[in-house]
Amino acid sequence: MVELIVFLIAGTIVLGGAFGVILNSNPVHAALSLVATLFGVAVLFIAQDAHFLAAIQVIVYAGAIVVLFLFVIMLLGVDQAEQLEVEPLTAQRPVAILAGVVLAGFTLVALLAGGSTITGQKSVRGDIARGEDAVITNVDQIGRVLFTDYVLAFEITAVLLTIAVVGSVVLARKLHSNERSLVGDDGETTTPFADEPGEAVR
Amino acid sequence: MAPTDTWYLVLAALLFAIGAVGLLVRRNPLVMFMCIELMLNAVNLTFVSFASALDDIGGQVVVFFVLVVAAAEVVVGLAIIVAVMRRQPGATADDVAVLRG
Repeated sequence: MVELIVFLIAGTIVLGGAFGVILNSNPVHAALSLVATLFGVAVLFIAQDAHFLAAIQVIVYAGAIVVLFLFVIMLLGVDQAEQLEVEPLTAQRPVAILAGVVLAGFTLVALLAGGSTITGQKSVRGDIARGEDAVITNVDQIGRVLFTDYVLAFEITAVLLTIAVVGSVVLARKLHSNERSLVGDDGETTTPFADEPGEAVR
Repeated sequence: MAPTDTWYLVLAALLFAIGAVGLLVRRNPLVMFMCIELMLNAVNLTFVSFASALDDIGGQVVVFFVLVVAAAEVVVGLAIIVAVMRRQPGATADDVAVLRG
């Protein structure tokens, strides 16, 4: 019974936050709705005994990624409300909503039409840790698998993160004055935002 | 009555559809990015549900990698948005067409 209540509340928060993201005209409000969705998903992770992922979800997603979003929103000064009424492409919205309904409909039919939705072999590695009386904790279990079976993928993520850091620095830095002449001295780089926040980014 | 795995999968499907609609409808590149995060979260929820249903910890490890890739993607994507917005303040998704040489 408690699990059902947790699922219903967390599911409502997840879907409400998701609607908030796509319906809010102000990007800051959309980002805050995204936090609600991420927290709801973290609660659902805990409900499914994925404690490590719930912690990572809160720390990395709600803590780092959303803050990065808010940082960029403030940096660019796009925190004013967007005109949602204007529709530059005719019929874009009806077609998009139709596509979403069709997508949701097909996935729900695929999920609910069959008798048992989840088919496949049970893991040969042994059960995942559940509840209080588990012999091994969830974090322990993930750590063991991550550093044995998935160690190559784990190392590759280190390379990926390094590439991402270097790429973001290269993309976001301000051009120096000697490099600016190569781009062309058309004054486009002297936008109001090019001076002060550019220093902060660099 | 406890929620079964199907409930989680249905919720994840709805979340994915909402994210997809938002990606198609919204024109602000930042909000489009947030919709991509919604879709990634829906997939993560699906992975965790399958990990729980099949008793396989591999599903949770995959979610860990999805989180890392999502973080890297957001960092690079936001850097691109900053670069575009600095040249053309108030740019929408359509204005990225200006980038073509």
